Amino acid sequence: MMKSKTIGSVLVVGGGITGMQSALDLANAGYYVYLVERSGAIGGAMAQLDKTFPTNDCSM
Amino acid sequence: MNVTGEVGNFTITVKEHPRYVDMSKCIACGECAVKCPKKVNDSYNAGTGKRKAIYVKYPQAVPLKYQIDADNCIWLKKPGRCGACVKACPADAINFDAVEHIHEIEVGSVILSPGTSFFDPSDSGVYGYGEYPNVVTAMQLERYLSASGPTEGHLVRPSDGKPVRKMAFLQCVGSRDRNLCGNEYCSSVCCMYAVKEAVIAKDHVPGLEASVFYMDMRTHGKGFDEYYQRAKNESGVRFVRCRVNGVEPEGDNGDLRLHYVNEKGQQIEDYFDLVVLSVGLETPKPAMELAERVGIRLTSHNFAAVSDFAPVSTSRDGVFTCGTFSGPKDIPQSVVEGSAAAAVAAKVLSPVRHELARKKTFPAERDIMAEELRIGVFVCHCGSNIAGYVDVEAVADYSATLPGVVHVERNLFTCSQDTQDLMVRIIQENKLNRVVVAACTPRTHEQLFHETIRAAGLNEYLFEMANIRNQNSWVHTGDKAAATQKANDLTRMAVAKISWQGPLENVVVPITRRALVIGGGISGMAVALNLASQGFPVDLIERSKVLGGNGLHLHNTWSGENVPLRVAKMVDQIIWHDLVTVHMESEVIEAEGYVGNFRSIIKSRNGSELTIDHGVTVVTTGAKRFLPDEYGYQKYREVVSALEFDKLCEINDKHVRKSKSFVFIQCVGSRDSDHNYCSKVCCTHSVQSAIALKEEDSSRSVYILYRDMRTYGQRELLYRKARELGVVFVNYEIHGKPKVDKDEDGFIVEVWDHVLHRPLLIHADMIILAAAIIPSSGVKKLAQLYKVSLDGQGFFQEAHAKLRPVDFATDGLFVAGMAHYPKPVEESIAQALAASARAATLLSRDKMTLDGIKAEVDPEFCDGCALCVDVCPYHAITLLEKTDDKGDVHKLISINKAHCKGCGLCQGTCPKRGVSVAGFSLKQLESQVEAALAV
Repeated sequence: MMKSKTIGSVLVVGGGITGMQSALDLANAGYYVYLVERSGAIGGAMAQLDKTFPTNDCSM
Repeated sequence: MNVTGEVGNFTITVKEHPRYVDMSKCIACGECAVKCPKKVNDSYNAGTGKRKAIYVKYPQAVPLKYQIDADNCIWLKKPGRCGACVKACPADAINFDAVEHIHEIEVGSVILSPGTSFFDPSDSGVYGYGEYPNVVTAMQLERYLSASGPTEGHLVRPSDGKPVRKMAFLQCVGSRDRNLCGNEYCSSVCCMYAVKEAVIAKDHVPGLEASVFYMDMRTHGKGFDEYYQRAKNESGVRFVRCRVNGVEPEGDNGDLRLHYVNEKGQQIEDYFDLVVLSVGLETPKPAMELAERVGIRLTSHNFAAVSDFAPVSTSRDGVFTCGTFSGPKDIPQSVVEGSAAAAVAAKVLSPVRHELARKKTFPAERDIMAEELRIGVFVCHCGSNIAGYVDVEAVADYSATLPGVVHVERNLFTCSQDTQDLMVRIIQENKLNRVVVAACTPRTHEQLFHETIRAAGLNEYLFEMANIRNQNSWVHTGDKAAATQKANDLTRMAVAKISWQGPLENVVVPITRRALVIGGGISGMAVALNLASQGFPVDLIERSKVLGGNGLHLHNTWSGENVPLRVAKMVDQIIWHDLVTVHMESEVIEAEGYVGNFRSIIKSRNGSELTIDHGVTVVTTGAKRFLPDEYGYQKYREVVSALEFDKLCEINDKHVRKSKSFVFIQCVGSRDSDHNYCSKVCCTHSVQSAIALKEEDSSRSVYILYRDMRTYGQRELLYRKARELGVVFVNYEIHGKPKVDKDEDGFIVEVWDHVLHRPLLIHADMIILAAAIIPSSGVKKLAQLYKVSLDGQGFFQEAHAKLRPVDFATDGLFVAGMAHYPKPVEESIAQALAASARAATLLSRDKMTLDGIKAEVDPEFCDGCALCVDVCPYHAITLLEKTDDKGDVHKLISINKAHCKGCGLCQGTCPKRGVSVAGFSLKQLESQVEAALAV
């Protein structure tokens, strides 16, 4: 049986900080990325934070 | 969602829910939400505030497009009943007839990052949550503290809006708790967010008292302990080690009464305005369903099951996980795993890299240098966002009178697709050579307009934005005349600035598609193997005679995976891989170059030198163990370090065999004045050793003397197991360190018992010291060679603690493993994979394009004073000496454009006008200021 063709694209499920990082790194390395997010906007839990530990940087 | 097929070739069915708002039409003006009569609890604000049934998730949301919440929309529940948004929308974007779409997608790999949810205390009503309004969760507090939250950052009590004066954080709610919710694991992030929230709350409210009630303070990450100490010593946050017995209302004015037993054993009652529950993380239900549909295995705590040596690979081939789905973790580790998943996903797909990726094409640029100024100004109404508060017609008329302006347009929405097409046509028809858009912010729209004018054949930098919305109409809603005047001013300034702008060239840098990895431990090998499997040649250099680094001294990972076997396998793969060249007993002695173009000289022990050209550099030099100088170490052979103890157990040493009582002392050399950080792995290591001792012979006495037991994440189960096996845990504080005395019968260890409140004397036959992990030797030299920074503790400093955890500030350089900070195997491997994903973003192409906003030297004015050299955060400036015809030496700076980020610090520092940033020349800034003042 012939091996099925390899497809140069990736599905990323979840558009929080982690999924966005995956998507960006893959797109920048030459792959087509589908980013699927359940809610109406990407950003995930980090977008809800006021500041981050331990640098007190703005989460946005 | 449904997944069929196999690695390299999956078919995925994805259901797209209707948004009921046409994304191509919505301009996010917000009119719909103003008119929508239906108020709903806002989940973005963790239920602390309300939003409408038509809403945008948060002000900075991407995409910034409204959506209708079908569960709450009046029309969607009963068509014909409302429709207020349809009437309000100026862009005709509402579509109640939208339906769901099923997409079928073909992909080679799948990455699951569904994230986490927070333990919901409402069902259990723990600590009166849900009953007393002033008991809130940490996420709710996060929203109260946020400027975009329901109280705009003012910390007030939910019950009566009174300012909060005294607040308490209760840790481990929904974590480390079998009884309440079955979440036995530690959530790994709550200690940090509680400390942070306490500090920020105290910043917001001067004089606020904040107390954190905790079991163990688990601030084990890089820089975390220092922050914790600052919170305690500088911000004055109070930390109380105890579990609060209960929270009760004090009268009916909203105050809350807490009772607890303090460190001295006293029963205390205390009163608070606000009680914050530090709720733990758990896998959300939809993520569990996702796991089932995709067919991957979960652990007993519903986290994706992974191996420590493949920390982002699920049980299904070709399906990867990252972030909190595989266990609770903080932001840096999640970001690391995001990149790591990209690295492993790309491994299978590298033969078809670039096959599906698309690139935009643009027409050739028109040469405008000989042309007179022909500026076009586009004034945006932004629906009523600008036009409602600014007389846009007047702004357009005024713009037409400005010098150089030959064409003015007004658009309802300058950013809409049809306007983009119109702009291209207008630029071409009117032979415009510079474009000003008076609209919103360049932060979100500059890139779009750059592409628009490129499509019209103009250099993308012949563009300027005047922000007459965010910085004008939105903030001067009550004074149309003044807002119009300000819009005129801003437009005049933009026109003045763009008049002096010429075309800029983007910087193109070639890339040598080869990597240099420094350090052949577990991390270095993991980087080399992943990059090689993606098709990139790697030079791996190792200082010692063997590959494996600290991995050679370990037996098991925390989850019990055999380290020696896996390390041997990695070494084998490295040696046999065609694309990996190993240089043993070698060190870097010289290095130069920049991203894509490094040249390093390495020297081997036999004296031979080799020059390597490489596009990226990955530093994986590891760390070493600290040699203790206390507790009788190196004086008595029965006092050993943890790694030495492992070896003794392995060879069935007679001291171990004979001993009946073992005392482990934690934090030896960690978290003290010399090494003010947590070594992260020692608590778990000691607990594992203690379990092994007890399992081998349950009659042995095993004690662990600790400061905070930091068995974070799912390691907490080991801690529980050790307690169940009868290991005795005794807490000590830094000011009451244990004392070790030798007697004829062995040792007497004296430590203060916080439960009995008296000194405890423990007889010990063997004492095992959890010695700190300290930076590797030679890191300072390496840091200097590659011009990268070390942190205050001597570990390598990443570019950004959260968002760029494996990048150095200098492009093309990456760090992974213990060179960055002490960490266990799986975190080292995740970082290594992340570093190779980041490296692959460069190595996957033969050149890279950087923007044209770079510093430029004016040789006429630069006198080589070099003031700018030190202020440049990117090490982009070097001082050159040039000899002229007469033999005089002149000093002059030179900019490496590949390093320069155009930040302008050099320009601000230069006393001689010798350096300026293209696009922000002094002439441009001057004319902008002059235009501002010329009324």
